[in-house]
This record gives sequence, C-alpha cells and structure tokens, in this order.
Amino acid sequence: MKWIDFANPTTLDEAIRLLSEHGEKARVMAGGTDLIVQLRVSPERIGNADLVIDGKGIPELNEISFSKEEGLTLGASVPCYKIYQNPTIAETYPGLIDSASLIGGIQIQGRASIGGNLCNGTPSADSIPTLIAHNVVCKIVGPGGTREVDVEDFCTGPSRTILEPNELLVSLHFPAPPKGFGARYIRFIPRNEMDIAVAGVGASVQLDEKNSVIKSARVALASVGPTPILVNEATSALVGKSPEDESAISKAGQAAKSAATPINDMRGTVEYRKHLCDVLTRRALNAAITRAKGGTIDVH
Amino acid sequence: MSTKTHVQTKINGETVDFLCEPRQSLLEVLRDVLQMTGSKEGCNDGNCGACTVNMDGRIVDSCLVLGVEAAGSEINTIEGVATSDGLHPIQQAFLENAALQCGICTPGFIVASKALLEAEPNPSEERIRLWLAGNLCRCTGYDKIVRAVMDAAQKMA
Ligand SMILES: Cc1cc2nc3c(=O)[nH]c(=O)nc-3n(C[C@H](O)[C@H](O)[C@H](O)COP(=O)(O)OP(=O)(O)OC[C@H]3O[C@@H](n4cnc5c(N)ncnc54)[C@H](O)[C@@H]3O)c2cc1C
Ligand code: FES
Ligand code: FES
Repeated sequence: MKWIDFANPTTLDEAIRLLSEHGEKARVMAGGTDLIVQLRVSPERIGNADLVIDGKGIPELNEISFSKEEGLTLGASVPCYKIYQNPTIAETYPGLIDSASLIGGIQIQGRASIGGNLCNGTPSADSIPTLIAHNVVCKIVGPGGTREVDVEDFCTGPSRTILEPNELLVSLHFPAPPKGFGARYIRFIPRNEMDIAVAGVGASVQLDEKNSVIKSARVALASVGPTPILVNEATSALVGKSPEDESAISKAGQAAKSAATPINDMRGTVEYRKHLCDVLTRRALNAAITRAKGGTIDVH
Repeated sequence: MSTKTHVQTKINGETVDFLCEPRQSLLEVLRDVLQMTGSKEGCNDGNCGACTVNMDGRIVDSCLVLGVEAAGSEINTIEGVATSDGLHPIQQAFLENAALQCGICTPGFIVASKALLEAEPNPSEERIRLWLAGNLCRCTGYDKIVRAVMDAAQKMA
C-alpha cells in the first residue's frame, strides 16, 4: 500500500479540522472494507488520499439509540453485526437487518458499516435501497455546521455523493415505524452469499389501521443505474390500493422495470436486469406487506 | 511522511508491543513484524478469509484492518488455538475428517469455526455454511470442512 498517515480523533470538531486541512487527501474510515481495498488497489480513484481518519473513536459516529417516539439514530461507523445483534433493531427494523446481514460474510460484517456503504456510494450497495425505503435522513457535519439530507438525494453518481471534501456523515435517522409499517430488501446474486447484486430492491409500505389500504409505499432499486433509484411511479401505483390488490403490485413491478437504467456487463444484460426489477419488486412488496401486518419473513 | 507508530495490543492473551507503519495491515504486522505466520494471505482484499483473526470477540479479515487499529484490542489468532494439552477439538476434527489438503485456508476456517461454536454450540449445517461463506477453499470442496465442524460441535458438547 502507498504511504498513509493515520489519525483517530475523538471529537467531531477534531475530525472536521483534519478534513478541512487535508481536503480531498483525507478520507474518513469506518470498517475500512471498501477504503483499505481502494487504498491498496486503486488509490487514484480516491484522489490518492494520504490521510485516513478513523471515525470509530468519535462517540456520535458510534451512536445506537432508539425510542418509540423518535425512532432510530444509527451512527455512521456502527458495524453490521452490532445492528443485527441488537434485539430492538432486529424487532423494529427487520428490513434493515435484511441488508446488514447480507453485506459480505461474517468477517466483513464484523467491520462494515451502513454509513460506509452509503458514503462509498456504489450503485450496487445493498443498504441504500433499504435506507430509501425507510425514509432515512442523513446528518452531515462540516465546518459550517450540521445539515440534514434525505437519503435518496445523497448519491449523485457512481461513487459520488453530496458530501463536500470537508464534510462527514455523522448518523442516519430512521423514523419510528408506526403500526402497519413493513419493509424488505432482497437482491439477486448467482451465488448464495458474498457477491455483488445483479439487481436489488428495497420496498416499504405503510398500511392503515385496518390493514386494508396502502397509505404510503416506497420502492428503491440497486445495481440498475448510476445511483440507487427511488421509483416514484411505484408509489403512485400503490397508494390508496388494497395490499391484496395484485394488479397494483404488478403495476409497481412494471414501474420499477421502466425506471431501471441498467448496463450490460458480466453480471447481466439490460433486459435481464430490468426483468429482475419487476420480479424482485413484487416479491419485496409482498414481503413488506406481510411484515406490515405483523407477520414474519426470514431474513435469509 | 509518516513515521512508525508504537502500538500496544493483546495477542492470544499476552500483551504485545510493536512498531508499524499506518499503511501496514494487521495481517502484515502479524506475519512480517511479529513473525506469526499462521494467518495466511490469500487474496489481500477481504474475499478469501485465509487471514481471519478474532478481534475483540468478532472474526475479521486481518488484511482489511490496519495494524494501528489493533491498539488496545484483544486479538486471537490461529497460534492461540492449540494449548499445551494438545490440539483444540476443532483442529482434531479437521484432521480426522480430512478437512484440509494444501492447508492454506485452514487457519482461517478454524478461527472462524471456533468463533461460531463458542457463540452457538449446536449450529445447523446451513448455519455453518452461511457462517463460513467468507472463507474460500480451493481444495476440499467444503463438505469435509462442514462435516469437521459438525463433528467438533458434537465432541465439544
Ligand atoms: C469481500 C467483500 C464483500 C462485500 N460484499 C458486499 C455486499 O454484499 N454488499 C455491499 O453492499 N457491499 C459489499 N462490500 C463492500 C463493503 O463491505 C460495504 O460497502 C461496506 O458497507 C462499507 O462499509 P465500511 O464501514 O467498511 O466503509 P469504509 O471502507 O470505512 O468506507 C467506505 C467509504 O465511505 C467513506 N466514509 C466512511 N465513513 C464515512 C463518514 N462517516 N463520513 C464520510 N465518509 C465516510 C470512506 O472514506 C470510504 O470512501 C463487500 C466488500 C468486501 C471486501
Ligand atoms: S487475505 Fe484477507 S480475506 Fe483473503
Ligand atoms: S485446503 Fe487448500 S485451499 Fe483449502
């Protein structure tokens, strides 16, 4: 690996000062499962960064706090295993567990964070559609203070995000799920584990108190465009419909298929990936509905 | 340009001090600085699990940890698995079940399996396969490894 310096600040202020001084040359590290590989293999793709700032010593980046009123605040550095081993998160946000338990294998999950998955900003990142489905709001700090950004606006292109070089992601805020909320993430890979999504879909629904009407819904896609894609037409197809209305679900699947703008590569053709978006959207929605009604869907 | 950093950590229960450059991975520190060559380098990018070590109670790929990050942690490696009394039951089960051929993947599989059996003494075959998905073996075809872990689980019960 090329030369790097290492800093492990214990306050946000110190981290921001380092980022401001070093600009593009500094990178925040959470689990390092993307960053260390990039530093080793393709440093030019990350601006030949030469300062690694470990975020794991900053309390705000390690926060996990939940209340029924406020929802969940998840620090940007929290590794996947701490998410799925937390009984409250596992019970309240099974859709998040879907993503946290399929990023890499057990060794990767011992380090990899959802914050890093988002900041890395690849279109195939398995947590981003889930974050979009959950209406997550990102808390970002920089020298000018704090700003909040809806997660669907975070990624701006392949491996590009709205973060300025002197900013860092502090935490992700998940609204408290009201009764009747359910979410699910599924991806298609040719192997059983440890692969990059050919296509992935995160879906959520909010049902009314009688579980008879879909009040709101979100469908977001991975690996089928330059960024994760929020499919607004899927929302329109579902809102006001019964969760039993298969034609509404089919319309949402078609909307996902139309919204996808995949490329041909070794993982799949355009046609195949678009087809997957339709199928996975219907499956993810049906599973989200099951969860919304209080039923369980196995994570794996 | 950075100089070497002094790191104090615990490896296999003993306090260890070392000097390393921030760019050195924990795997490089173990192998090249501390001469602990039991952890293997397969891919150096997190895919093969040959470099698996236990860090603060979790298995991680030591090729994807910086040596400087070990400061204040507790690391357990393959070198600490056997005791003066002999092999660990998992090691014995690997031998008895012919769960290795070239052996490059074996330290990683054993460190990973040990963490599983310590957390879940009686895992299903499916659970073992899922847990070990981050460990690759080019020789055995995996079945013998999975059988060895199931055998070890029984013997440890
Ligand atoms: C073998 C293997 C398998 C993998 N499998 C999957 C998979 O199945 N699905 C998947 O989606 N990904 C996968 N990945 C990719 C990677 O593990 C994930 O993207 C992971 O979530 C990254 O998290 P991290 O904490 O390791 O991030 P890091 O590597 O620490 O950081 C990633 C990027 O985000 C930036 N960053 C981190 N934290 C912050 C912050 N607080 N503020 C600003 N910027 C920040 C870093 O500078 C870097 O650019 C895999 C990787 C490997 C090596
Ligand atoms: S050498 Fe670390 S995972 Fe392969
Ligand atoms: S025994 Fe040779 S790689 Fe597993």
